[in-house]
Amino acid sequence: MLNLDYCPEDTIAAISTPPGEGGIAIVRISGKEALKVAARVFRGKVSPAKAESHTVHLGKIVHPDSGEKIDEVLLTVMRSPKTYTGEEVVEVNCHGGFLVSRKVLEATISAGARLAHPGEFTLRAFVNGRLDLSQAEAVVEIIQAKSDLALKAALEQLAGGLSSRIGEMRGKLIDFLAQLEAEIDFPEEEIEKMDAGLSLSAIEALEGECERLLDSYEVGETLRHGFSVVIAGRTNVGKSSLLNKLLESERAIVTSLPGTTRDVISEYLDLSGLPVKLIDTAGLRPASGEIENLGILKTEEEIKKADLVLLLFDASEKPNEEDKEAFRTISQYRFLPVINKIDIASRENVEALEREFGNQSSIKISALYGTNLDTLKKAIRKSATFLEEWHQQRLVSINSRHREALLRAKESLLCAERGLAGRLSSEFIAAEVRSTLRHLGEIVGETVDEEILNRIFEKFCIGK
Amino acid sequence: MNELYDYDVIVVGGGHAGCEAALVAARLGFSTLLVTMKIDMIAQMSCNPAMGGQAKGQLIREIDALGGEIGFTSDQAAIQYRLLNRSKGPAVWSSRAQCDRATYRMTMQESLRKQKGLAIIEGNVTGVIIDKGRAGGVVLDGGAKITSKVVILAGGTFLDGLIHIGTKTIPAGRAGEPACLGLSDDLKRYGFEVGRLKTGTPPRLDGRTVDYSKMQIQRGDENPRPFSLRTEEVNLDQLPCHLTYTNLKTHQVLRDNLDKSALYSGRIKGVGPRYCPSVEDKVVKFPDRERHQLFLEPEGRDTDELYLNGFSSSLPEEVQYEALHTISGLEEATITQFGYAIEYDFFPPWQIKPTMETKAVENLYFAGQINGTSGYEEAAAQGLLAGINAALKLKRESPLILERSRAYIGVLIDDLVTKDIREPYRMFTSRAEWRLLLREDNVEERLLQIGHGLGLIPQPLWEDYKGRETDLKEQLKKTKNITVDCDDYPKLKELKKSGGKIRLHNAIKIPGMQLSDFSAIAEVSSIDPRIAENIEIEIKYGGYIERQRQEVGRFAKMESMVIPEDFDYGGLNGFKKEAIEKLQKFRPASLGQASRVSGVSSGDLAVLMVHLRRHHARNPDRDKVFLTK
Repeated sequence: MLNLDYCPEDTIAAISTPPGEGGIAIVRISGKEALKVAARVFRGKVSPAKAESHTVHLGKIVHPDSGEKIDEVLLTVMRSPKTYTGEEVVEVNCHGGFLVSRKVLEATISAGARLAHPGEFTLRAFVNGRLDLSQAEAVVEIIQAKSDLALKAALEQLAGGLSSRIGEMRGKLIDFLAQLEAEIDFPEEEIEKMDAGLSLSAIEALEGECERLLDSYEVGETLRHGFSVVIAGRTNVGKSSLLNKLLESERAIVTSLPGTTRDVISEYLDLSGLPVKLIDTAGLRPASGEIENLGILKTEEEIKKADLVLLLFDASEKPNEEDKEAFRTISQYRFLPVINKIDIASRENVEALEREFGNQSSIKISALYGTNLDTLKKAIRKSATFLEEWHQQRLVSINSRHREALLRAKESLLCAERGLAGRLSSEFIAAEVRSTLRHLGEIVGETVDEEILNRIFEKFCIGK
Repeated sequence: MNELYDYDVIVVGGGHAGCEAALVAARLGFSTLLVTMKIDMIAQMSCNPAMGGQAKGQLIREIDALGGEIGFTSDQAAIQYRLLNRSKGPAVWSSRAQCDRATYRMTMQESLRKQKGLAIIEGNVTGVIIDKGRAGGVVLDGGAKITSKVVILAGGTFLDGLIHIGTKTIPAGRAGEPACLGLSDDLKRYGFEVGRLKTGTPPRLDGRTVDYSKMQIQRGDENPRPFSLRTEEVNLDQLPCHLTYTNLKTHQVLRDNLDKSALYSGRIKGVGPRYCPSVEDKVVKFPDRERHQLFLEPEGRDTDELYLNGFSSSLPEEVQYEALHTISGLEEATITQFGYAIEYDFFPPWQIKPTMETKAVENLYFAGQINGTSGYEEAAAQGLLAGINAALKLKRESPLILERSRAYIGVLIDDLVTKDIREPYRMFTSRAEWRLLLREDNVEERLLQIGHGLGLIPQPLWEDYKGRETDLKEQLKKTKNITVDCDDYPKLKELKKSGGKIRLHNAIKIPGMQLSDFSAIAEVSSIDPRIAENIEIEIKYGGYIERQRQEVGRFAKMESMVIPEDFDYGGLNGFKKEAIEKLQKFRPASLGQASRVSGVSSGDLAVLMVHLRRHHARNPDRDKVFLTK
């Protein structure tokens, strides 16, 4: 749904590669000021403002305010009119994965661009005659159709959760506003005055709800940016081989994420539409030294945060103490026993491992030859029941547009709160409440005018 | 069939819409005829004897600043003034005046008589002459025709009006006056859709039979403010109103007789306003309430008659009496005119453009209750705008369409052309999303230039305003430079909770402080008292007002994106079916208006915007797509 303060004068920016798809992320900037915005964040041999059209430049993206270096990038300058949107366009190819591409995006916004609404690039392309309507629609469909159907359905459910929670907030705000408006519009009616303390706590409760929804932005981000799967097990059970094999068979999204230590390696993987963050860890074994201990602590931390742990065993050997130790650590989390190296395993070892750790649920693979990898992948996907759980916990998926609207709504609520606390006359409070409703309305696409009057006449006997 | 005279403009109806329309058309230089059923009843206040009130006070001042007559007439007829909501901020202060019904009528009739280029005749209009989709005059009862270039219909509740009292029904436009029959049928032939609404009025009482000692008295303000810029001062011996209450006994009588109520027996088909329910309605819908307030308002200075506000009823006469006599102070009261409900025809206003001209018939304008509104002020506003726009069209000039952020009149007309009107439409301040900007105190800033530009504001008034405007700017600047010491002002020190020096500007911002607290300062005491309030408002609320102004700016582009009148929605894809139907019906004039049509989602708007951009890209004349301001 489009926010309608559409204006071609704005320069817009967004990550234009769908999350979880594509090896690198592209941040696209389009509009009159695109080159200037790029010049403010790009450090390279040539300033984008002076670059020729359709040229590529190597350089760094820095935050325009702090000067902090964000990523090494390839930057493409395309001057109007022969561009996707028909406007000045700059595309930044980031290497650093999702977090980094988001930071790059934020940098462009600090440098004067505005976050693009969904479909806004396509809209501009259409308006400027670069696409006809059916093409424009097709582009949107392709973007949407890429995610796996089940995932999409789950996302929609989560989005539905958002509407119902926004709906609840709007209901409360409309009640509150009806009270304020009734006092303003019908000063001579016998309308019971609202308790200032109660209204203050009601507004605070709504702020809290805004915050909770904003918090779930991170939840949505997790969903978009990966179901985290930790590969664990004692040393030399083939954890890295499994990681590599999985990456080989599927498209690896990112090579390595900055900030990770050599003990923990994260890779992104697209498991038919489910974005998975795959984490390889240091081997689990009784600590023998301080440094090793640190590595193990780090591993345990990852395990705690993980959505799923793949606990690997080596079928070429008999189960040993280290395996048992690893099992004891992992078994309190959600895990999947995986018996590796079945290509060189003896039947007794496999049976012993199954008896000891996995009973029937273990998956027997050969990371080296890729045997049974499909079964493993299916099992990973099957355990991604978190979507349903989130739904039950009323967690919602919000995107950056929702986030922006919620931030503005919260800001208006804060103003209303300050007004109430400062005993400001009710029409000013009402103005803030209306503005909150307008922002929430942007998320669900509804306006309120008639609803308020309806509430007033339902609730109060007006009739001088 | 004989043709009478030929006029530029014919106004049908002598109510509050008709009076403004006729006066302004004549003032703008067009020969005008006002046709009314009874000249003596021109400008009758059919319902309560008061002008203004919440949002309506603002409307009156807006009409006044655009050169209308209602404000000045109200001031002449006023017998009591009250500024409502004084305890709240200036955006919701609204003026109201109790008026002497007879004086109001006579003052307005006098203004009409004195108006050059305006003729008035008595007659019952039964049809509009329409030729090739264009209005060309009216047909009178008996067949006589009068021709004109423009026809403005302002028939109020008279179109097929039907009064209900208990089980009785009487065709009438108002108590004691005949209905206007045939006109709405005539218009139906041209494809107009007609709807039915209902409203009610309470009984009038003989004041000599009322015991005021059992009631609360409600007096006027000490320093009343007139409505009109043309009224220099108010020097008035104000009359009080009185307040009493219904009680459980009253409610029992009403409940026991519901089957005799025209409303509850199902005889009334029109939809009544929720904000103005009959007393039987209040008892049914709010059964827990133990009492309802009733205001006794004087009908005038030289009469004992009272208007019993809050006791609107369509119950039979004997029930009205029985219920009335249960009320404290009214035990012996005599009714001089019974309450009644009235049903009447209206034309759902999706059929008019923002200029008030009908979409189906060129040069035919609708104004007032005929568009489904209620209230004198709402009617007058429409009459004025219909008259102005008819005149501008005759002059081949661009129409006057007021933005929602500029005037309540803008909100009113925009609502009429975008909303499904299902009950009589009354203005409330809550209908104005930019309420903080639409204040009584800044009406000149908002509208006087437009009124002056049209030639409807006398030059001295305009110059007086320009003088005050300059003065205001200078004085505001001064307050930023003057420093005050908190120790000199105990009240300031207490409210600020600290001592020290502070700029006057910031001192006034502190809640509870007023400009007058500093009248010891020469620069303050020398301020023209007429701008003192503006200065205070500007200082105290400037921040909030500015915030709202910025928000208006965010929507301005949408508002200025014009949808061509002949824009074809039929061939466009991407809309929901409901949206297409609504858009084709309402034919909004701008993207902003389209956004307010119910059933049009923001997705539909996005699609519409895209199509409009395309339309505009194909059309090299770029300015056509945007309103010029």
